[in-house]
Amino acid sequence: MFHFILRRLASAVPTLFIVVTISFFLMRFAPGGPFNLERPLPPATMENLMRAYHLDQPLWSQYLQYLKNAVTGDFGPSYIYKDNTIAELIGKGLPYSIRLGSLALIFALVGGVLVGTLAALRQNSFLDFLVMSVATTGVTVPNFVVGPVLLLIFSLTFSLLPGGGWGDGSWPFLILPVITLGLPQLAVFARLTRGSMIEALHADHIRTVRAYGLPQRVVVITHAMRGALLPVVSYLAPCAAALLTGSAVVESIFTIPGVGRYFVLGAINRDYTLVMGTVVLVAVFVIVFNLVVDIIYGLLDPRVRHD
Amino acid sequence: MSHMKLNLRAALLLGSLLIGASPALAEMVLHRGNSGEPQTLDQSQTSIDIEAFILKDLYEGLTVYDANGKIVPGAAESWTISDDGTVYTFKLRANANWSDGSPVTAEDFVFSLRRIQDPKTAAGYANILYPIKNAAKINKGEAKLEELGAKAIDAKTLEITLENPTPFFIELLSHQSALPVSKASFEKNGADFVKPGKLVGNGAFKLVEHVPNDHLTVVKNENYWDAANVKLDKVIFYPIDDQAANVRRFEAGELHLVYNFASDQIERLRAQYADQVHVTPSFATYYYPFDTRAEPFSDVRVRRALSMAVDRDFLSTEIFNESKLPMYSLVPPGIENYGKPELPDFAEMSQLDREDKAIELMKEAGYGEGGKPLNIEIRYNTNPNHERAATAVADMWKKTFGANVTLVNLDISSHYAYLQEGGKFNVARAGWVADYADAENFLNLNYSGNKTFNYGHYNNPEFDELLQKSYKERDPAARSKLLHQAEALVMRDQPIAPLVNDANFWLVSSKVKGWGDNGNNEHLSKYLSVEE
Repeated sequence: MFHFILRRLASAVPTLFIVVTISFFLMRFAPGGPFNLERPLPPATMENLMRAYHLDQPLWSQYLQYLKNAVTGDFGPSYIYKDNTIAELIGKGLPYSIRLGSLALIFALVGGVLVGTLAALRQNSFLDFLVMSVATTGVTVPNFVVGPVLLLIFSLTFSLLPGGGWGDGSWPFLILPVITLGLPQLAVFARLTRGSMIEALHADHIRTVRAYGLPQRVVVITHAMRGALLPVVSYLAPCAAALLTGSAVVESIFTIPGVGRYFVLGAINRDYTLVMGTVVLVAVFVIVFNLVVDIIYGLLDPRVRHD
Repeated sequence: MSHMKLNLRAALLLGSLLIGASPALAEMVLHRGNSGEPQTLDQSQTSIDIEAFILKDLYEGLTVYDANGKIVPGAAESWTISDDGTVYTFKLRANANWSDGSPVTAEDFVFSLRRIQDPKTAAGYANILYPIKNAAKINKGEAKLEELGAKAIDAKTLEITLENPTPFFIELLSHQSALPVSKASFEKNGADFVKPGKLVGNGAFKLVEHVPNDHLTVVKNENYWDAANVKLDKVIFYPIDDQAANVRRFEAGELHLVYNFASDQIERLRAQYADQVHVTPSFATYYYPFDTRAEPFSDVRVRRALSMAVDRDFLSTEIFNESKLPMYSLVPPGIENYGKPELPDFAEMSQLDREDKAIELMKEAGYGEGGKPLNIEIRYNTNPNHERAATAVADMWKKTFGANVTLVNLDISSHYAYLQEGGKFNVARAGWVADYADAENFLNLNYSGNKTFNYGHYNNPEFDELLQKSYKERDPAARSKLLHQAEALVMRDQPIAPLVNDANFWLVSSKVKGWGDNGNNEHLSKYLSVEE
C-alpha cells in the first residue's frame, strides 16, 4: 500500500510538469497581455512594466524561470492584483473555498446516496419517480438560476437569511451557497446510487444473503451498499476536486471570498501567473483525490488490491 | 432568523456599553458597495475608479475634490503660480499629519513624485505627471531621479517646476497617482507599505483590515487635520463585482451605497427606490472611430453620412434604457473651464432630415445603393451592451444605405491590443473616461502624434497646430477658444462618431447624508454620514 502511494505520487510529477508546460504556452497564444487595458498604456510605461515583470525576455527563458521558481514554491506576483503574490491570493481564498466545498460535498454525498438508495428500494414507485424527477431538475437547472432564486425567497422576500457575503462564516451565511453548490452534485450522486443499487440488489450474492433470511436493513447496508457505492466513489474524485477549488458562479452570486473567481478573472485579465497558479491548484487536487479514491476502492472492493 | 440573532447581539453590546457606563454613542458605519476588488492600494500602480474611492479616503493629495466634485485645497492650504505658468509653490498645512502622528512634509511629496517616475516602479499612470520638468526623461531612463522638477523649500513648502505651462496641472494633481506616500513608511516596509497594519496614510481614514473579495475596512484617522469634521467612524468597502448581487444586498439593507448596476434595472429600481437611484452624466464618451487610412472611410462624406445615420436617441432610450445620454460632441458637457462643447452641423436636424442628407452624401461619395458596395465591419469588445448597440447601428446603416454590415467581437484585452497596435479595421467601439476634467484630455485622442489612442489615425495638421498652441496659451479664455476651434474640426471631419455619454450609476440609501452628484464621480467618505 505504502509503495503504491509513493509510486502514484512520483508519477504525479511528470503529470504536473506537462500540465504546467501546456498551460504556460497556451496562455501566451491568447492575444493581448496583462497590461492591455481598455485604456492602453503609453509605450514608455509599457516598456517599464514589461521589464519589471520580466515579460520582455524570450518566452523560453520566462518558461525556465517560471519552472525554477515553481519548484521552490514561488508562483510569482500577480500581474493584476499587484499588492499580492499568487501564493498569498490563493492562500487567503482557499480556506473559504475548501470550507464551502467540503460542506457542499458532504451535503451532496449524504443526500444523494440516501435519496438514491430510497429510490432504488422503491423502484418504479411514486417515490422513485418523484425523487428522480427532482434529481433530473437538480442536474439541469444551472446554479446561476438556483442561487438567485433561493436568495429572492429567503433573503429578499422573507428576510430570513443574509443576502450574501461570508460574514462570520456561521450557518445563516453558508446554508444557501452550500445548497446551490451541492445540489447538482447531489442529483448526480442520487442517479448513480439508484442505478448501481438496483443492479447490486439483483446480484447473486444478495440473493444468497436474502436466502439466509437476513433482514432487509442488513442486506442493503452491509452487503448491497458496498458494491453499489463503487461508481459513486469513482465520481467522488472529480467532484471533490471541483467543489473544493471553488466555483466562480456560486462565489460571485453569494460574494464569497474564495479562489473560484480567480479562474475566470485570471483568464480574462491575462494574469498569466494567476492562471498558472489556479491550474496547478486544480491539477494537484485532481491528482490527490484520484489517489484517495483509489485507496478507498481498495478498501471497498476486495478484487482491487494495491500491493 | 439571523436578524434575530444580530439584534440579540446588538442588544448584548448595548447592554455591555450601559453597564460600562460608557458615554460613547453607537459607532457610525458606512457600508459601501465598491463593485470590484481593488487591484492595488499602491498609488504608483492604481488605475481604476474603485481603487481611487479607497485611496482617496486613505490619502490626501495637495488638492482634493469637495462633495460636489469641485477642486479645493487638500494637504496644501494654498498655492501660487509663477507668471510664466511653470512654477507652482504649495504651502502645506501646518497640521497635516500622517496616521502615525508624524508631520506630512514637502519631502514626502518629492519622494512620492520621484517614485512614480522611477522606471523601476513601472507606474502605469506615470505619464499623467509628465508635465513636471524632466518627468518623461526620468521615466524613460534618460535622466536621474534627482533631476525631477520637484523640490522641498522647507518642511512645509513644496515647489514644482513644469516643462511647459500646463493649464490643467491642478486637475492632474487631483488624480490618485499624485497621492503622497509616507517616505518613512516606504523605506521601512518596502513593497509591503500597502498592507493593513503597515499602511500609513494622511487621509480622513486609516486601513485596518483587508480580506480580498470580501471586505476592506477603514476607520476614522484621529490624526487627520480635519478629523473634527469627519462624521463616520468606519467605512466598510465591499468589492462585489456581480451587479445583481450588489443590488440584492442594497435591497436587503446590507449596503448603503452601490456603485454601478445593470442598466436594465433602472426602471424597476426607480419605481421602487425613486430618488435613491442616482444617474449622473460622467466625463466619458462612448464613440466609434473610423479607420481613416483606407477607402471608403478616408472620405469625409462617407464618415459624415454614417455618423448622421446613427439614431442616438434610439441608442440612448432603447439600447441603454436612458442610462447613457445621446451625444454629438467629443468633449462631454459639464467641464467647467470649457463650457458648451462644439456640435456638428447635423446635431440640430431631426433624425429624418439627417437620414435624407446622409443618403445624399453617400450617393455623392459613390457608395451604397446604385454605387460601389458598402461593406462595413464593426469591431467591439465582448459585452452584451456593446453587442446590442453594434447590432442597432448595423441595422441603421443597412436600412439607410443598403450597406452590408458584419460584426466582430473580441475580449476586451484583444480588442484594444488590436487597435493600439495599429490593426486595420473599418469601425470600432471605443470609450474614453476623463483622467482629469479638461477638454484637452478628449481632443488629444485625435492628435496625429498620439500613436496609442488615435485608433482611426486621423491626421489633420490644422487640428494638431491648434492643440499645440493650446498647451502654450496662458490665458484660460484664449486657451478654451483654441480647444473649441480644434473640436469644431473634429465635428466637421467626423473621424469618430460620438454616440452616447456614459453615466455613473449609484444607489444611495436615504440614510446617507452629504452626498453630491458630480461628473467627476468623486465621492470622498469624509463628507458622508449615516442616519439610522
